[in-house]
Amino acid sequence: MQLTNRSIQVVKKELTLSERLYFPAIIKGMLITLSHLFKRKATVKYPDQERELAAVYRGQHVLKRDEAGAERCTACGLCAVACPAEAITMESAERKKGEENLYREEKYAKIYEINMLRCIFCGLCEDACPKEAIFLTDRIVPSSFTRGEEVFGKDLLVESLTERVDVTKRQTPEVLSFKNDKKHKHNQTYLDRKK
Amino acid sequence: MTDTMLIYKVILCVLVFAVSLGAAAYMTWGERKLAAWLQDRVGPNRAGPLGLLQPIADGIKMIFKEEMIPTHSNRWLFILGPSFFMLCACMTGVVIPWGAGWQMGDTLFPMQVTDINIGLLYLLSVVSIGVYGVMIGGWASNNKFALLGALRASSQMISYEVAMGLALIALVMMTGTLSLKEIVAQQDAGFANVVYQPLGFIIFLICAFAETNRAPFDLPECESELVGGYHTEYSSMKLGFYLFAEYINMFISSAIMASLYFGGYNFPFQHELGLDGNLLTAVQTAVFFGKIFLFIFLFMWVRWTLPRFRYDQLMNLGWKVLLPLAIANIIITGFVMLFTGKLG
Repeated sequence: MQLTNRSIQVVKKELTLSERLYFPAIIKGMLITLSHLFKRKATVKYPDQERELAAVYRGQHVLKRDEAGAERCTACGLCAVACPAEAITMESAERKKGEENLYREEKYAKIYEINMLRCIFCGLCEDACPKEAIFLTDRIVPSSFTRGEEVFGKDLLVESLTERVDVTKRQTPEVLSFKNDKKHKHNQTYLDRKK
Repeated sequence: MTDTMLIYKVILCVLVFAVSLGAAAYMTWGERKLAAWLQDRVGPNRAGPLGLLQPIADGIKMIFKEEMIPTHSNRWLFILGPSFFMLCACMTGVVIPWGAGWQMGDTLFPMQVTDINIGLLYLLSVVSIGVYGVMIGGWASNNKFALLGALRASSQMISYEVAMGLALIALVMMTGTLSLKEIVAQQDAGFANVVYQPLGFIIFLICAFAETNRAPFDLPECESELVGGYHTEYSSMKLGFYLFAEYINMFISSAIMASLYFGGYNFPFQHELGLDGNLLTAVQTAVFFGKIFLFIFLFMWVRWTLPRFRYDQLMNLGWKVLLPLAIANIIITGFVMLFTGKLG
């Protein structure tokens, strides 16, 4: 019984003599493999030779400091909310007197962890950050022997005072203006919308 | 036999042994490289320049691996299997003429360990004994995969030996001798035997693939069905012996094909070059190794191109195609010899 009209009539064709001899097909196949002998190899010989990364490559994250060296992050949690992989977790704390050189604003992240095994490197945390604190960089996350080592805390994420991480390629003036342009709904606050 | 000859023969024996072992070792490297190149990869390149130390690293790895003999196996046969296979693989090299010979003073030192007048028969018999290595190993493992692999291997090798022997009979009818030295020497005067025996050569080539358990006839060790086939239970250097002996078999069968059908160490216009006797021998040996190399390349090229046969297809091809073809080849050869008056 025919249920649909999508069925295809199978025809078993009688093989021709050349097909039954195998040899033409074998020679054809062998010429195909032989041609591959002279083709360009797809391999990147990794430790000797590194793949060229795009200017805006999304690799290991960095938590930026401002020009004075104070941490920009205020532990607002927008990155954690934006994260589709739920890789980011944080705990906030209040800045004490005398810590102004360490933290830019009154509230800061006491704990800030990104699980690199969960992270899909989409860059939405970077988009969500209102303080220009988190960026993805062109550094590759190193491999490790345990899962625990892949949860990066502040010790690995915050950039060091001496060796600043360059994010100018990702934070171009165009990106900045896009992030602050009130035309876009995602940049509008409640007050903007009321106007 | 004089003392000098005896010493020379011993040296040659060791040399042939070392060359076939060394060639087999570097064939593993070549195989991996070629496989990689045919698949647009780079292949082993970490150990030494171009990965040339890879076979040594592999050998060291094999030796230092843990040696396992399963409790339920037949211990002595288990050890005997790979040893036997290796022995048979190494024994075949002695009748192959690697070159014409060195003239030193009055004596001619032949580049062949021994020229027995039944050289071809010796080769066939040693190759057939080699089946026992696989059979013993597979049976002694007391493992169903190993046993099935061994059964497949032995029936495959025995089936293809029939066609192989019959293909050679046509050649022997033509040359009138079983001595490899004479078969090679005859090709010096005329054309290479492949010109007269193209069908026989093709049959022999296909059978050689099956005899050495190479793809597309690597049923005995087909990983997708039988884990590792007859060497499933083997580890360490015993496994190494099985794998290694297969490469030696491949080297030797390449040498046999080159000498039986492609003129051995002879090459066109060799006497017109005006080379001195010993120099000519050196060039001839190099040419012979070049021919062997080409056949090895063919073996590997085929392996990385063709998929594996199904077992019934393998048996069909062996008994229903190659055997009748080989018999037809004998009849055709007979008729041609009869009508051209070359008989007897």
